[in-house]
Amino acid sequence: MKIEIPELALVLLIGPSGAGKSRFARDHFLPTEVISSDDCRAWVSDDPTDQSATEDAFDLLTTIARKRLARGKLTVIDATNVQPEARKPLIELARSYHVLPVAIVLDMPVSLCLRRNQLREDRSLGPHVVRNQHNQLHRSLRGLKREGFRYIHHLTSPEAVESLSITRQRLWVNRRDDAGPFDIIGDVHGCFDELHALLDALGYQVTRHDEEGEPRFEVQPPAGRRAIFVGDLVDRGPDSPNVLRLVMEMVEAGTALCVPGNHDIKLLRALQGRRVKIAHGLSQTLDQLQGESVAFRKRLIAFLDGLISHYVFDEGKLVVAHAGLSEALQGRASRWVRDFALYGDTTGELDEFGLPVRRDWAARYRGEALVVYGHTPVAEPRWLNHTVNIDTGAVFGGALSALRYPEQAVVSVAALRQYAVPPRPLSGDADLLSAQQQDDSLLDLSEVTGKRRIETELQGTVTIRAENAAAALEVMSRFAVDPRWLIYLPPTMSPSKTSQREGLLEHPDEAFAYYANAGVTEVVCQEKHMGSRAIVIVGRSEAAIQQRFGLPEAAIGICYTRTGRRFFDEPALERAFLHRLQAAVGAAGWWDQFESEWLLLDCELMPWSAKAQGMIREQYAAVGAAARTALPTAVAALQTAQARGQDVAELRRRFDAQQGMIEAFSAAYRRYAWPVEGVDDLRLAPFHLLATEGVLHSDKSHLWQMESLSELTRQPDPLLHPTAYRLVDLTDDGARAEAVAWWEALTDAGGEGMVVKPMPFIARGRRSMIQPAVKCRGRDYLRLIYGPTYTEPANLARLRQRGLGRKSALALREFALGMEGLARWIRREPLRRTHECIFGVLALESEPVDPRL
Amino acid sequence: MILTISTTHRPATDLGFLLHKHPERVQQFDLPFGEAHLFYPEASETRCTAALLLSIDPVGLVRDREGGTLYPYVNDRPYAASSFMSVAITRLFRSAMRGQSKERPALVDQPIPLVAQVAAVPCDGGLALLTKLWEPLGYTVEAQPQPLDPARPTWGMSPYVTLTLRHTLRLAELLTHLYVLLPVLDNRKHYWVGDDEVEKLLRVGEGWLDAHPERELISHRYLKGRRRLTEMALARLLPEEEGAEDGSQEEALVRPQRLHEQRLDRVAALIRNSEAVRVLDLGCGEGHLLERLVDEPRIQALVGVDVSSRSLQQAHRRLGLDRPRPESNRITLLHGSLTYQDERLRGFDVAAIVEVIEHIDPSRLDSFERAIWAAARPRRILLTTPNAEYNVRFPALPEGEFRHADHRFEWTRDQFRQWADAVASRHGYQVEIEPLGPVDEEVGAPTQLAIFTDREATA
Repeated sequence: MKIEIPELALVLLIGPSGAGKSRFARDHFLPTEVISSDDCRAWVSDDPTDQSATEDAFDLLTTIARKRLARGKLTVIDATNVQPEARKPLIELARSYHVLPVAIVLDMPVSLCLRRNQLREDRSLGPHVVRNQHNQLHRSLRGLKREGFRYIHHLTSPEAVESLSITRQRLWVNRRDDAGPFDIIGDVHGCFDELHALLDALGYQVTRHDEEGEPRFEVQPPAGRRAIFVGDLVDRGPDSPNVLRLVMEMVEAGTALCVPGNHDIKLLRALQGRRVKIAHGLSQTLDQLQGESVAFRKRLIAFLDGLISHYVFDEGKLVVAHAGLSEALQGRASRWVRDFALYGDTTGELDEFGLPVRRDWAARYRGEALVVYGHTPVAEPRWLNHTVNIDTGAVFGGALSALRYPEQAVVSVAALRQYAVPPRPLSGDADLLSAQQQDDSLLDLSEVTGKRRIETELQGTVTIRAENAAAALEVMSRFAVDPRWLIYLPPTMSPSKTSQREGLLEHPDEAFAYYANAGVTEVVCQEKHMGSRAIVIVGRSEAAIQQRFGLPEAAIGICYTRTGRRFFDEPALERAFLHRLQAAVGAAGWWDQFESEWLLLDCELMPWSAKAQGMIREQYAAVGAAARTALPTAVAALQTAQARGQDVAELRRRFDAQQGMIEAFSAAYRRYAWPVEGVDDLRLAPFHLLATEGVLHSDKSHLWQMESLSELTRQPDPLLHPTAYRLVDLTDDGARAEAVAWWEALTDAGGEGMVVKPMPFIARGRRSMIQPAVKCRGRDYLRLIYGPTYTEPANLARLRQRGLGRKSALALREFALGMEGLARWIRREPLRRTHECIFGVLALESEPVDPRL
Repeated sequence: MILTISTTHRPATDLGFLLHKHPERVQQFDLPFGEAHLFYPEASETRCTAALLLSIDPVGLVRDREGGTLYPYVNDRPYAASSFMSVAITRLFRSAMRGQSKERPALVDQPIPLVAQVAAVPCDGGLALLTKLWEPLGYTVEAQPQPLDPARPTWGMSPYVTLTLRHTLRLAELLTHLYVLLPVLDNRKHYWVGDDEVEKLLRVGEGWLDAHPERELISHRYLKGRRRLTEMALARLLPEEEGAEDGSQEEALVRPQRLHEQRLDRVAALIRNSEAVRVLDLGCGEGHLLERLVDEPRIQALVGVDVSSRSLQQAHRRLGLDRPRPESNRITLLHGSLTYQDERLRGFDVAAIVEVIEHIDPSRLDSFERAIWAAARPRRILLTTPNAEYNVRFPALPEGEFRHADHRFEWTRDQFRQWADAVASRHGYQVEIEPLGPVDEEVGAPTQLAIFTDREATA
């Protein structure tokens, strides 16, 4: 005997003790699919027959069942389930998760049950208990359908059980193995001409040949493609019958799929002779159908009646439903699912236009699947949180639109005319900001706090610990700029491995060796400026920036620090700075060259004192002053003692040397500190053009970056400061030596040092991604990091003991997160998807890592 | 880093007997933070100078500690005279400080002419502080200041001086004064200050500290600003003056305090006198408002939210949540941010937002507005913020400056009214604004309070 059950169901095994339920469950289901009440009793009380534990056991059973059903897993309840009151909560459970309840009744002869029960070693119930259960089963058997079971399988003999095979039936909504490609077409509403034109535009060849006075359509789709209609084929428009005819024929020919819209279902009910309120264009449709044959009407009724509420395609990556579908309902079947798919998330109230008030389910949508829907006309396709409404109001004089999948491109044809007046204005018409941008203006705390796992393209999953996220929350809330600006934060950078050369901590040899070992043959060496890291966004116009970044007010751009703080406290200075940069970008012809209204630069902004003036005076200058106060006194005392023959020569030498080091130290910070009165005193050295509209420039090489940016810094404006660089062939010892000499010249002249980068922006080594950049800092500059006297051999020896592992690992994770956040933003994903990455970079920055590396 | 002590007592070389250090030897001592060197630049019949030179290891300071980020490498510690110098004084001159000398027992009790020179002495209180601390003890004070950076004359003077002290007194006294007052000047003790530090201060301060006019400042700084310890020390220094009001300084502290207390009292009263059972304190800080509401039996849920984990820890202690009592489970402290929407903040009868919005960047006010008025949507919101017009009544506040360094804005009564009306109308609330604190006819009250009420909830 063969029976069928739906692939997603809550299966109740029903039968008295000894009916063979557990064995049945073992034979036909995975062990993990079966939840047994006896097991649950045992888990809470150590005794599977302890009736006093029944309540706790049932709690446990339903908890497990809930978790499984929420995840869309078939679940089998192995309990006697012989009383209606025992079944009722389980049926309700199935309903609340929109899965079908299935009853499999093991109605074995009572004698057999008694015999089996007696043979049990672990537990045996009195015969009266078994007889009682048997009676209860029989009394309620006929009511099973009324109780709500959609599938009831009644097995009455051991032979029937023995020969049984169960097949799992795919749900109608499940088309997960179908990946398209598709052309998903919005609400047609009887606009036949527009539909014809749209199919043409999509490359479908529609031929009409009438048979016995009735039009027939044959549609030849482009190779491999199929159409999906989101429903509302009829009403309000001029030619609903031919729209229906065309769609039916495409569906029958397998060149289209169709989900029902509320108008389609209402038409069905009218055709079936049920009482419906004739409004919203239904009367027009019924009039238009007057002339159609009885056969056509019959065919139409069968077609409409067979429509499935929604479909899940492409391994769950695409869902099509007329009015959309929240994540928990996708791939499920229930009255509620169907109502949601037809009408949306209605509150039951009416608005001032007499239309149902709908909750904006899309605003709360966080699902993996792209949901394509229609139902509510909008001026432009409305993208929000991985959902898109493609009802662009063809019948109201808007357009008929299709979404190509997987390309996600929209193809539209304008309506020939307005066939009906919309009951309320089309939403989104007058808004400057998109629905997504409006939704993005408020982010949710639960999406940044706690332990986070962020999927990145470059480094797989990056995990953020809850403590670090908590630390980032304060910085982000109190000091960072509006998250709509924060589309990128730069990673930390690791120094090269510690050099063992006398008097040095860092040297280019180690950086070259690192990249050479990783298989990189060419690196770009770039002068490292000592200023402050600055991320700069600048736009061609205020309007362009406001629109692209979804800002509440106009702005030409922004400049922020590596921790997301606004760089300039003074708005006028920021404006002047951005205007100068904007002019330079324009003069370089970049707006047209990159076909972009904005760009994102990663830069060093000098002087150091522009941002760090307080620190320079209170820490750096103060150390110099303290030393200049104390050292001469000490040296004088030593001199006097030495003059009268005391043996203090060694001490004298040490303190004399310290005086020289202090002067070198003071000279080091003075180089990077000059007064800033206005924008003329600033120098901006950009070294990455990270992004322009639609493009993340990580696909270009570092050489391209430096060459491109020198075009910008060649502009006559002194604000833009060039960065010296050179390409080094690591396989050529001579080239390496020349690069080392270049570094020595830079650092001898007081430069900070250089950054060594692999030729590709994203470089993979033999095993994994390698550092996108490594810094080699100069001997004098490092006095500002390790203190004035770090070059003393005893100090250097200890300072060489520094672990770079954490810093390097952090640099890679931050780089992956930063690029991921930016890539998502470029793809116009919801802001929270970028924000979680940026928040992640900030959180990782709270990791305890030696700040001097 | 260097202390020299000279005398012109005859024979001057007796200084060596007093210090227990031979004038013809150069000695080195290892200390936890580096080395101390003792030598005599001068040692004649007429004049003798002992030098204590510290060589503090800057790398060791950073690296030898667990967790190691107490000090940066770029640090004035190797050069400044600080508690490191005090430690060296006690280690090298222990007997001298106690006034013991086997060879010259009579000399220890005899005042002799002494000159001490210390460099570099950090003195953030300016030269006035030096004289306030040393002159009452009888010293002639001379201080030679140092520019912050000779190559950057516009940067002005540094806080470091070479300090020269002259006095005729017992050597033990000089050493004791240096031992106490050098760390007081530096105000950055390098070690943890516990209860035993009070005992130490009282012991070494015996006979001079109780009469010193700056004894409070000295105790306060010596005990690293730990208020409880300072009070303990003062109570024992001045038992007869117990409970006496401390003059002007207290006053200055108390006045702003009273204003804040008033605000909290008013908001707490409004909440107590309402029907609210679920109460939210947004930006609860250290829990001062929550503390006023803990005992209100009608409140079933009292939730404090703050973005600073540190503040929440303090609130946790203040509210006694570390010693759970039956009423503790009505109180919840949440780490959160008012610029994100937060599911946990829904469904409250009243939310207090006391002196919070002025800490929010103006560009984030729209997120704040949506997070509270649209998403959390408490039935009532009690929001206070400074009245910028009143600032002219704070004589100490320079014109155009905010009351707090972290304030991003301060609104006039008009600006506040406009903002509050707009928010209320956008989100279906009605709003009333009232002054909070003493009302000045011209400029209004120091604080303004807006009471928002959800129109639907009241209908």
